[in-house]
Parts: sequence; structure tokens; C-alpha cells
Amino acid sequence: MSSGLYIHIPFCRTKCPYCDFYSVTQTEKMPLFIASLIREMKLYRGLFAPFDTIYLGGGTPSLLSSDQIKTILDALRKTFSFAPDTEIACEANPGDLTPEAATALRAAGINRITIGVQSFDDRVLAFLGRRHKASEAIAAIKNTREAGFANVGLDLIYGVPGQEIGRWLETLKTALSFVPEHLSCYQLTLELSTPLGSRLQRGELILPHDTLLHEFFTHTSETLEGAGYIHYEVSNFARGYDWMSRHNRKYWNHTPYLGLGPAAHSFAGRRRWWNHRSLDRYIGMVNAGLPPIGGTEILTREQVLLEALYLGMRTREGIDLERFAERYGCDLITEKGTALRALQEQGLITIQDGRLRPTRAGLAVSDSVSVI
Amino acid sequence: MKSIRNFSIIAHIDHGKSTLADRMIQRSGVVDARNFKDQFLDNMDIERERGITIKSQAITLPYRSRNGEEYTLNLIDTPGHVDFSYEVSRSLASCEGVLLLIDAVQGVQAQTVANLYMAMEHELEIIPVINKIDLPAADVERVMEQIDSELGLDPYTALACSAKEGTGVEEIMEAIVQRIPEPKGDPKAPLATTIFDAQYDPFRGTIIHCRIVDGTVRSGDVVRLMHGETIHRVEEVGHFLLPRQKSDSLSAGDVGYIIAGIKTVSDVQIGDTITADRRPCSKPLPGFRESKPVVFASIYPISSDDYEDLAVGLEKYKLNDAAFVYQKDSSVALGQGFRCGFLGLLHLEIVQERLEREYDLSIILSVPSVRYRFTLTDGTILFVDNPAHYPDSMSIARSEEPYIRASMMFPERYMGAVMKLCKEKRGENSNLSYPSPGRIELTIEMPLAEVIYDFYDRLKSVTQGYGSFDYDIIDYRESSLALLDILVNGERVDALSQIVFRGSARERGLRACERLKEEIPRQMFKIAIQGAIGGEIISRTTISPFRKDVTAKCYGGDITRKRKLLEKQKKGKKRMKMVGSVAIPQSAFVAVLKSENT
Ligand SMILES: Nc1nc2c(ncn2[C@@H]2O[C@H](COP(=O)(O)OP(=O)(O)OP(=O)(O)O)[C@@H](O)[C@H]2O)c(=O)[nH]1
Ligand code: SF4
Ligand SMILES: [Mg+2]
Repeated sequence: MSSGLYIHIPFCRTKCPYCDFYSVTQTEKMPLFIASLIREMKLYRGLFAPFDTIYLGGGTPSLLSSDQIKTILDALRKTFSFAPDTEIACEANPGDLTPEAATALRAAGINRITIGVQSFDDRVLAFLGRRHKASEAIAAIKNTREAGFANVGLDLIYGVPGQEIGRWLETLKTALSFVPEHLSCYQLTLELSTPLGSRLQRGELILPHDTLLHEFFTHTSETLEGAGYIHYEVSNFARGYDWMSRHNRKYWNHTPYLGLGPAAHSFAGRRRWWNHRSLDRYIGMVNAGLPPIGGTEILTREQVLLEALYLGMRTREGIDLERFAERYGCDLITEKGTALRALQEQGLITIQDGRLRPTRAGLAVSDSVSVI
Repeated sequence: MKSIRNFSIIAHIDHGKSTLADRMIQRSGVVDARNFKDQFLDNMDIERERGITIKSQAITLPYRSRNGEEYTLNLIDTPGHVDFSYEVSRSLASCEGVLLLIDAVQGVQAQTVANLYMAMEHELEIIPVINKIDLPAADVERVMEQIDSELGLDPYTALACSAKEGTGVEEIMEAIVQRIPEPKGDPKAPLATTIFDAQYDPFRGTIIHCRIVDGTVRSGDVVRLMHGETIHRVEEVGHFLLPRQKSDSLSAGDVGYIIAGIKTVSDVQIGDTITADRRPCSKPLPGFRESKPVVFASIYPISSDDYEDLAVGLEKYKLNDAAFVYQKDSSVALGQGFRCGFLGLLHLEIVQERLEREYDLSIILSVPSVRYRFTLTDGTILFVDNPAHYPDSMSIARSEEPYIRASMMFPERYMGAVMKLCKEKRGENSNLSYPSPGRIELTIEMPLAEVIYDFYDRLKSVTQGYGSFDYDIIDYRESSLALLDILVNGERVDALSQIVFRGSARERGLRACERLKEEIPRQMFKIAIQGAIGGEIISRTTISPFRKDVTAKCYGGDITRKRKLLEKQKKGKKRMKMVGSVAIPQSAFVAVLKSENT
């Protein structure tokens, strides 16, 4: 199977208070970063099978100029080999997607764009500390369509303190009105290291109870499936098989991927490694000719197995039992039969045609489902 | 022999026995300052962590008295907790005297009295010692009065000290050599030796701790255990110096050890008499009361794959704890395991902790039970300490449960609260006395089953820490009993069953359900918990499921992080027992006995 290529663009205009992705606001370091990125690519030349996805994530890749993006893509093409139909995805913030910018991105070769809409409710956007308003998001979507993007994804967040389901469903309805190819609906999760996370810890915020979150989840799934979307992973929906994120699916089935840029993760064989979570350190090491790696792990058989199980249980496609046994040397039915039967009786999974699949209720608790 | 003094330090729990032993050890110089640590004789990890003594420890200390004479002091530090009182009684069998410690703040407590009686039974010289006089709240006068009125001893024989600071320790050591008689006995007479303890040593087998009453024993001698009727060749004898010190012989009056190629501790019976095979003594020395288990529970490995490891662990553990008994057992819900007998709940807790820690085992204990007596309609008598063996109710002609006589001491002002507690615990035939003004000694008869769990904790809480408690098992009494079963999602979990007093069955059923609801974590599905007696549901509760438990984002870097969390979760789950599809934590099995006030 072809490998995936991820590029982490570690810049944001401002930091959102709920976000724990690695990014800095020192945009003046962009040129230096790009130069370093190009040097880092060379460290991996020839080591990965041809790629068929490129994913520009962040941070905020849309902060880069279209020339900078072109420079990166050109360098990639020079260093690695790619399948002819490579998916080239880019994350973008609504505020950056002017008609010109959208057109330039398209021209640079980006063929899939995900827009960080988060909500069409200005109060939610304010709570999340986002810099844009709903109206800007709507304009951004129109601009991408007009620039010729056939594959547009919208990222949304639910489960914000005080949010009512009705308001969330309105956001969903607005989203559907643009007929996006892809929707990611994330439940708000707060890491303690973030400003909202520490407010949560101090008791200044209360997240919705899990019964309510379950309702958000179920309503979201029902609404979007009702509108013809496939709920193919816990937080992801596609308007058809062709629109699923080809890149992200590699994470979920142990396909090799190479991550470039600070804090990016890579995986090959049984080895996973990650770059330093510091732009300066990253630049420093790359320019000293060193791989900017901050840590490595070699997965044990058991770890691979656990990952395969929990990642598989996060997808609607589930786990092909025969392939699983072949690949991971574990026949789930013999080894976990009793537990699986119990889950089946509870209506959390189905076992049919040699496949283990989480039901919708099972997806909602898939972390626990995989600890069997 | 003239220069030997054998004595034990006895007291209520925490009155400072081990600390006083520390000061004496330091004074004798047998341990250099570098190697010394507080509560030196409490050498088990669990003793050090909990700050209590579990096993008696003997140590030999050299002492030069004020008039320049050299003495050998054989000191035995004893535990204070009720569960281990048999340890005290054994230690006393090798002594001529005791230091009876009394905390200058707490004064005379239940075990002070109980231990004093034991020392009196052995006709020992008693030196009362008032400890902790350094504390601001110390009231030496009052304790002197109590020594007079509550213990019936001459208060002017009492010494005062601060074991912590070392004041008064010199006087205590002088009093030991002046007042405690030298051991009697004839080194030339036929050998008569009392075994008062035995310890397992992985290299040498059983180390017998003994007191030579008459005669002399040397390495190479052939000795006979009179009760066990076994013959052994003595490999080594010696004294409890640090470390153990080999000597040529032990003779009348000595306290020391004998190694005689005996494999396990269970092969020697504590209290047995060792004599010489060639020239035996005429009759065995008086033994002491056997330690009898009073609380029973089954131990199961959390993962059934660990059964063999558990079997090996128990066997090893047993080597060093003769009071612990066990046999094979099996449970429908929990699989293969062992039924075990303990001296009390503290003993149970300690066994559990040591098994987990020293043998790295993850175990579940079933609900603890006392031993009931049933007379069946056909006249057979059946002792049942395992709810799983509860007889068919139609066949029971008479059911009885063990009773204790509890004795409690506390300030008068708590009288109401203590009586209320005792009544709740089905106390009867109470007897009050006022050993000294403002203080009450209450003796009352109660079912053992009512006190094994949290009685002591509750007594302490209703008396704000001023109450103390001691008990003796007296007899079996007729009682109306019932078997309370617990069903988890409709499935009976035999390890959660308990035999209960019928009159409080409903309340116990409710309590068990409530406790389980608190202990069992929410799971992916609804869990129904029911209490049932003879098929009739008497209590119920449900644990609602969690419905949402999934990480929202799971891309590159999240995958390792999430896996680590799941690994941790898996590990936690390994410490729970799967009953059907419900994971029940270890703590739940003991918690069903807890009442809500604790
Ligand atoms: N202030 C003060 N504290 C003391 C004195 N003697 C002992 N203690 C403290 O009392 C507590 C109990 O002391 P231990 O020596 O462990 O008591 P123990 O009688 O051996 O206890 P058990 O073996 O559990 O029955 C410890 O915290 C000691 O530090 C003393 O003379 N003065
Ligand atoms: S949410 Fe997006 S824009 Fe906001 S700080 Fe995080 S990466 Fe940057
Ligand atoms: Mg002690």
C-alpha cells in the first residue's frame, strides 16, 4: 500500500484557548522553517514506498502564501515519488480563504481542502476564542467552491459548555446546506495544558455530562447518515466512499506514513517516531544535518495488537477477522470470544461476514470496547 | 545463669513498646548508629509502613549494671493489636518478667488489662512503666491512680520514661536486673525446652525460637519434639544477637534458637517441648493456647492463569505464618481458589497485602465470614465458615453463631453512644464497672460476626478515640440465620454471599447493594445488583452505564498517547475480576460488610 506524507505547519495567527496542537505565532520564522523542512525531506529520500497522499496540517497551513506552498510541494516532488492521483489535502482557516487565496491554493495543486469552521454559531465561536465569525466561514466555503475545489471538508466542534443540542443541530443543518464532501465533528476535548483546560480544572467550566454527549453523538450520526453521509470513523463523515480522507485512514490501519515538521509523527514497520515539539530545536537540528527526532518507540506485538484493535473499533468498517489474524497473529474470536459475545449482546458490536464492527452505540464508547 | 534476665515488653497498641526497645538496643550498643532505624525490631515492610508490630521479636542485649556486673538481657517486643494477642502469650512463656507500658496520655486501655492478666497467669514479675511523659498532655498522676485502682498494682513500683527521648530508660534497665528474677532451672537436668516461635529461613529451614527451661543443648545432639514425636539432629544453636550468633550450647535460662534441619515452619508446633532423645524429660512443659482462626475468606487469583502461582505463594507464605491456615476451594463465579482462616480482619488484610507484595500476586478475597454451627434434622453437626456450604434450609434443625465477650474501656461521657453501638451489634448481658472515677469498663456479649468488620473503628469514632476494646470467644449461641446472596446482572456471585442474622437481613441486603454501587465502576452497559434470600429479592440497585467514552481525535501523535491510556486502563482492569461481563474491583468484596457510618 502507498505511504502517506504529513507536513506540520507550526504557525497560527493567534493561539485558540482549547487547542493543544503545536504551533507558534512567530510568523517571521516561516522562511527559515521552509528551508529546514526542505532539508528534512532529504533525510528520508528513498526510504518510503511511493506516497499517494500529502496532508498539510498544523497549525494553520493557510497562513503560508501560495508561493510558499508551491515551494514545499515542488521540493516534495523532487525528493519523493508520488502516485499520479495523489490526494493533496490542506487545512485552512476561514479568514484566510479569500477568493484569491482559494484560487491560488487550487492552482498550487491542492485538491482537498478542510476548513476550520468549528461552528456556525457566533457564541460558540467566541467561547472557543476563534478569530472568525460564522459569516466569514460561509464566505470561505463559497470561495473554495468558486475556486474549483471539488473536495471540501468542514471541521466542526460540539459539546461546548452550555451548548444545547438544538443549537448544534442548526450548525449541522447549515453545514449540510453547502453539501460538503466531508465533515469532521469533534467532541470538544480539553487538555489540561490549554487555557480552557486549566479553567476546567479550576472548576470554572463544566463540560456536558456523558449522557448528553452521547445524545450529541447519536443525533449527529443520525442526522448526517440521514443526509446520505457515511459515518466512517468516530468523528468523520463522508458523502460517499470516494470522499473519505485517504490520508487519515492510513493512521488507522498501520500504513506507513512520514511526518515532517516539528511535532510530526511517523510510522514504518513497527517503529513510530516523532519530531521535537519546538520550532527552534527543529530548525537547529535540521540545519546541523541531524534528524530532528524527539522520541521513538518500537511497538511490541501486544502494542501493535492493541492499536489495531482500538483503531479498528473506531471505524465503521471495523475489523476483518481473517486479515487481522493473518496480520497480527491473533484470532480474536478464539482469544476474546466471551468478551466479544457480551459486547454483541449489549448491542455494541456486530460480528457478521467475518467482520467485527462497532454499532453506533459501540462507536460512542469504542475506547472501552477495545479494552477487552 | 545468674546474669540472665528474660522479659517481654507488653502494652496496649501504640503505647510505645517498639520505641522503648529501640532505646534499649541503642544503649546496649549492639547496633551501630549507622545501621539503626526507628522501630528497629519491626523489620517487615508492612510493619514499618503501618507503624505497628505484627510479630514478636526477640533480641539479646548485653548490659553492665550500675554496680558493674555484666548481664544478658533477652528482650521480646510484642504486638499490641488484638488479632495478635496469641503472639504475646507465647512470648510470655519464655520470660520471668514484663515491662507493662502505659501511655501517659491515654492511660490504661483494654489491652493493658488483657495483657496484664496474661502476665499474671504466667506468674511473672510486672514492672509498670508510664511512657510518653514528654507529651504536654501527659498525666502521670492520673495514670498512677489507674495503676492502683484499675490494675490493682502498687503505683509506687511504677517507673516513668519517655521512650522517644530516652529519659528514664537507664532506671528501667536497672529495675530489670534488680526486680526480675533470674531464670530458675538446672543445666544438668534432662533437656526441657519450650518452642515459642519459629521462623523460616530460605537457607537453613526452620529457625526454632526457644527458651531452655532445664538442661543443655549442643549442636550435634539428637532431640525429640515431644508433641510432634519427631527426632532431629541439632545443626546449630545460638543467641539472638545481630545477626544471629552461633554458640556452643544453650542451657537452662537461655533464650535462643535451634536449627535442626526442619524444612517448614508447619512441621513444628509452637508450644511444643524439645527434649533430648537419649535422656528425655519426664513430661512435656505446659503448652499454650493454640491460635485459632476466627475469620474466614476465600482467596482467588484475579486471572485464573495465576492459580498455580497463587498456590506456590500461599505455600511460601505459610512457612512463616503458622497462624494462617488454608485449603483448596472453588467458586462458580471466581473459579479455583483457597479457603483461608485468619486471626482477625487485620490479619486478613496483612496476609492479602503480603501476598500481593512479596509474591506479586493479584488476588480477590471473598466476603469474610465467621464459623457457624448447624445441627441438621438428622442430628449431624456441621461447621460452616463458607457461605457456599450453607446447608439446605429445610434440613436445619438449629443454627448457632460464635459469641464473644467484649471488654471496652472509655470515659463515662461516651456511655450512651457506646451502648447504642453495642445494641445495634446485638450486644447482651452487659456488665458495667467504674474502675476509677469518670471511667467505665463495659463487658458485653456479642456475636463475633458483628464485630469482625468495623466494630473497632466505630467504637473509636463514637468515643473520639478514647475507647479501647478487647475480646475473647466464649461459646456458640442459637441464632436465626439466613443466606444472603448477591446477584449481578441476574447472575449469583457466590463470593459475595454472606451468612447473616435474619433479623437484619433486609438491612444488610440494602447495605451490600449500596456499597457495591459505590465500588463497581460504571461500565458500558447497565448493571443490576440485587440482594436475595432464598430466591426472594430483598434489595436492588442499578449502576447506569456510561454512554460516551471515545477520544474525538486520533491522528498521528494521538495514536501513541491513546494507546498508552488504554494500556493503563487494561492494567487497571486486570486488577478487577470479571464476573460474566461485569468487572468487579477487589475492594468490592470486603466493602459489602461496611456500614455507612465509617
Ligand atoms: N511523644 C512520644 N511518642 C512516643 C513515645 N514512645 C513512642 N512514641 C510514639 O508512639 C507511636 C507508637 O510507638 P511504637 O513504639 O510503634 O508503639 P508499639 O507499642 O510498639 O505499637 P504496636 O507494636 O503497634 O502495638 C510512635 O509514633 C512513636 O514515635 C514517647 O515516649 N513519647
Ligand atoms: S485551533 Fe487551529 S488555529 Fe487555533 S491554535 Fe489550534 S491549530 Fe491554530
Ligand atoms: Mg511495636
